[in-house]
Amino acid sequence: MSTTLLLVQVLNGLQLGVLLFLIAAGLTLVFGVMGFINLAHGVQYMVGAYLAVHYYAWFEHFGLALLAALLTALALGLLLEALIFRRLYDRDHLDQVLATFGIILFLNEAVKVVWGPLPLSLPTPEVLSGSFVLMDGLLYPTYRLAILGAGLLVAFGLWVVVMRTRIGMLIRAGATHPHIVSALGVDIRRLFLIVFGFGAMLAGFAGALAAPILSVEPGMGDNLLIVAFVVIIIGGIGSIRGAFVAALLVGLVDTLGRSLATDVLRLVLEPSTANQVGPAIASMLIYILMALVLWVRPQGLFVARSA
Amino acid sequence: MQDHSPSQATGSPLSPLRAYAPALVVFAALALTPPLAALGPEGYILTLATRMVILAIAVISLDLLIGHAGLVSFGHAAFIGLGAYVTGILITEGVTDALTILVAVVAASALFALVTGAVSLRTSGVYFIMITLAFGQMLYFTASSLSAYGGDDGLTLWDEAQLFGTGLLGDPRGLFYVALLVLVATFLLVDRLQGSRFGRVLKAARDNPTRAACLGYDVFRFRLAAYVIAGTIAGLAGFLTAVHAEFVSPAAMSWHRSGELIVMVILGGMASRNGALLGAVVFVGMEELLSTYVDHWKLLFGPLLILVVLYAKGGLASLLAPLTGERGRG
Repeated sequence: MSTTLLLVQVLNGLQLGVLLFLIAAGLTLVFGVMGFINLAHGVQYMVGAYLAVHYYAWFEHFGLALLAALLTALALGLLLEALIFRRLYDRDHLDQVLATFGIILFLNEAVKVVWGPLPLSLPTPEVLSGSFVLMDGLLYPTYRLAILGAGLLVAFGLWVVVMRTRIGMLIRAGATHPHIVSALGVDIRRLFLIVFGFGAMLAGFAGALAAPILSVEPGMGDNLLIVAFVVIIIGGIGSIRGAFVAALLVGLVDTLGRSLATDVLRLVLEPSTANQVGPAIASMLIYILMALVLWVRPQGLFVARSA
Repeated sequence: MQDHSPSQATGSPLSPLRAYAPALVVFAALALTPPLAALGPEGYILTLATRMVILAIAVISLDLLIGHAGLVSFGHAAFIGLGAYVTGILITEGVTDALTILVAVVAASALFALVTGAVSLRTSGVYFIMITLAFGQMLYFTASSLSAYGGDDGLTLWDEAQLFGTGLLGDPRGLFYVALLVLVATFLLVDRLQGSRFGRVLKAARDNPTRAACLGYDVFRFRLAAYVIAGTIAGLAGFLTAVHAEFVSPAAMSWHRSGELIVMVILGGMASRNGALLGAVVFVGMEELLSTYVDHWKLLFGPLLILVVLYAKGGLASLLAPLTGERGRG
């Protein structure tokens, strides 16, 4: 494997990591701050992608479509919170699992009814459709770099909001001492609503961003949801910083593993065996990584909660 | 807490009958299914009923973990898949004696449970959920890579397993009754276990592990034992699945399936006498009924699950509580 190919794979890995971060950030906030297991986070990502396709057909402008998709994803998140999630905060985790599983079934089917069962695609925006010369003889699609940039920007913005603003302070306080925050006169329910809507918007944003490079289809969020859970467990539940580091780590390990595992195994195994075992090992890598992290640090890499 | 109020369970001579009435009705209905199925589309009804019975076995074993021991395993389908794959591989290799296969299935699933359980049980809460998921996914990807045994596409069984040289397992009715027998045995076993000293220690550890440890119980060992028992039962369900479908595929151990098993446990009502059984039967029944008559049945099924959570706390078992006299989770 040449250096240039390796570089491309590293960029692909980082770009997957950034997408994972956008999903995991909302998941870890909702999980860490509200103690709520939201399995429906993956379908919210899927709905974001569908909305982007839908609005693009309307506006024929990627930026507008992205903005409209974001706002609709936010509205959907708030609607779900008001209708269902609000009643489940005080419930057992397993009740939350069952209810959000119901939402998965419903939304996966609903997009089939509204947009049809076939995969859809979204064209790359004109401005970003070219390629970028990284070095001699190495072109990389501009749009993928744009995803990377957008993700990093959002990560920085989140860090500023959570660590440097009043609302961020309340979110951090609400995560560790909800009763005291509530007793100090803060409307904790409204805080939860804000966090929830924000998380839903981030998931929708990730879906809309991913729409041009992935096929938009029912169930596209299901596997990503599990990987996002792996990310927040490795990073430490409730920690934005942990989610960021873990997302990049998981993105890199998964992408590099898939392209390198077979080659590495060929060094020690027969080629035919390596060809067989390689892909399986590559798919397992992130789970092995999680098991190892939990073995060494049972609370994940970064511990957010002091309580 | 039924344990603290024996009068509730034995208040009148009718009580035991009432307490288990839902399970008895289900068992009776299932036992009568084959003769009644002959009146309608026999193959279809028998297949559906057998699927229900096999899933119920797995769900009851999962409830031992989730409900009674408070251990939410998100990788239970892996054991079904393991049992199915051991069966499939042995039959493909020409071993068709059911007893030999069963010994191998039990050994493999118990060993897998022992090893993964010993690692997983060092964590707790959400971390336990995720690490059991991780082991499940590892097994899933291993099965997908077994290209000699079908890989991603799955493995078709061209031969059938022979029980004592008879064709019992090859006959749909025979297989159904064997599965039903295993189901009844599993139901009785788990019911006895949860009322025994073993079950009480599990519950004590579920409600407060520190307290249980302070009373001198080695919580880890009790939990590991429960994990191995549940895994082995699920492995047996896997054996039945393989023999019934004459086909095994990695999809049987995907995380979707593990999630569905958890949903069946919660739907039925955790740690209740009849809940897990009802959850499995109702889930499979509703799925089949809705998908037959409604195109986009999940649009109805999804909200239905949400309504159960919002308005029927404690699942189906709690809806039947006025009949069975069961209170809370014991």
